[in-house]
Amino acid sequence: MNGPHDMGGQQNFGPVDATEKPPFSADWERKAFALTLGMGAAKAWNLDISRFARETLPPAQYLSSSYFEIWHAALCKLMLERGLVTEAELEAGAVLTPALDVPGPLKAEDVAAVMRRGGPVDRPAPAAAAFSVGDRVRARNHHPSTHTRLPLYVRGHEGIVERVHGCHVFPDSNALGQGENPTWLYNVRFEGRDLWGDDGSARCVNVDCWEPYLERV
Amino acid sequence: MAHDHSHLDPIDVRVRALESLLVEKGYVEPAALDAIVDTYENQVGPKNGATVVARAWCDDSYRAWLQSDADAAIASLGFTGRQGEHMVVVENTAEMHNMVVCTLCSCYPWPVLGLPPSWYKSPAYRSRAVIDPAGVLADFGVTLPEGMDIRVWDSTAEVRYLVLPRRPDGTENLSESELATLVTRDSMIGTGLALNPDEATA
Repeated sequence: MNGPHDMGGQQNFGPVDATEKPPFSADWERKAFALTLGMGAAKAWNLDISRFARETLPPAQYLSSSYFEIWHAALCKLMLERGLVTEAELEAGAVLTPALDVPGPLKAEDVAAVMRRGGPVDRPAPAAAAFSVGDRVRARNHHPSTHTRLPLYVRGHEGIVERVHGCHVFPDSNALGQGENPTWLYNVRFEGRDLWGDDGSARCVNVDCWEPYLERV
Repeated sequence: MAHDHSHLDPIDVRVRALESLLVEKGYVEPAALDAIVDTYENQVGPKNGATVVARAWCDDSYRAWLQSDADAAIASLGFTGRQGEHMVVVENTAEMHNMVVCTLCSCYPWPVLGLPPSWYKSPAYRSRAVIDPAGVLADFGVTLPEGMDIRVWDSTAEVRYLVLPRRPDGTENLSESELATLVTRDSMIGTGLALNPDEATA
């Protein structure tokens, strides 16, 4: 989706404020972070669904919310969509409907192991890779209205495959709940001059691209 | 006007309400939430990445292992987990400086760097790093030598990138643990350089 989250190359956001700040500026940020990770670990949804929930907040809301406000808003949206909580419960701050089942609520004693294990997304390959290192490719000029991880600023541009990462879960289908659909993932080098003309200062930008994002030149 | 601390911010109230709902419904355990926060606020941080970098500076075979199989090389030092399942280490050279961003959200290698700094998640950084990394470096007070190119890595998949900064001059006699104190978080993202020994003690 061509949403407000796809920020690469946009202008007028001002200089980067490099001031050192603690990871959480208020206790509610700590809670929003932990609740999001907790529900993710309980497998109430997958990571791609969670990202898409943030990206699909109304653009004006996305751009005027702080980072953890976005997390909180997306968490509420995901809970509501699944009936895990209701609007009335959020309003009242009290339980009004029975709890639903979630696949695996996270136990305190399992947190360390679960976080250390993480969630690898490499999968056995269902087919041979279409591209190899050194191939010249073009990022497709496509504009799905659903979740995708191909940034706008590379679409239609040519680059060179520099690395074959392996076969990974495909976010475009996983975000729709349509399965992991393991798909080859490549690292592609785009020349800064091709992306930005004379107006950039990057020699090149390397972007991870799944096979369906690319076509052979 | 004095701020009345007896009233919480509206967002604070909403998040507390959500938390109590999720706890009461049995979706999350309070002790598990505390353990999650403790893990990322207190246990995991850029000292892990600094250990990796210092080892690479001291041990050429480890450095080669990092290049060929970063997952295994980093795991061998005990650093694994969420948001670091698939690691790639990119090495700065005399010709090329590397910088890492996630333009689409805030992907960041948690097991080696901890949680991302607030600027890493900001629209200013996410938008500008790919088009004007030299301008971003200027915001951090960093000027690269004339003629050095910049390569930007946009973390669009579940692969996480760690920059291996250049070892500062005049550090031949330092131990691995002394070298680790020169490795800043920003030098491993690419918005900074490793410290010189006099900067580290200043």
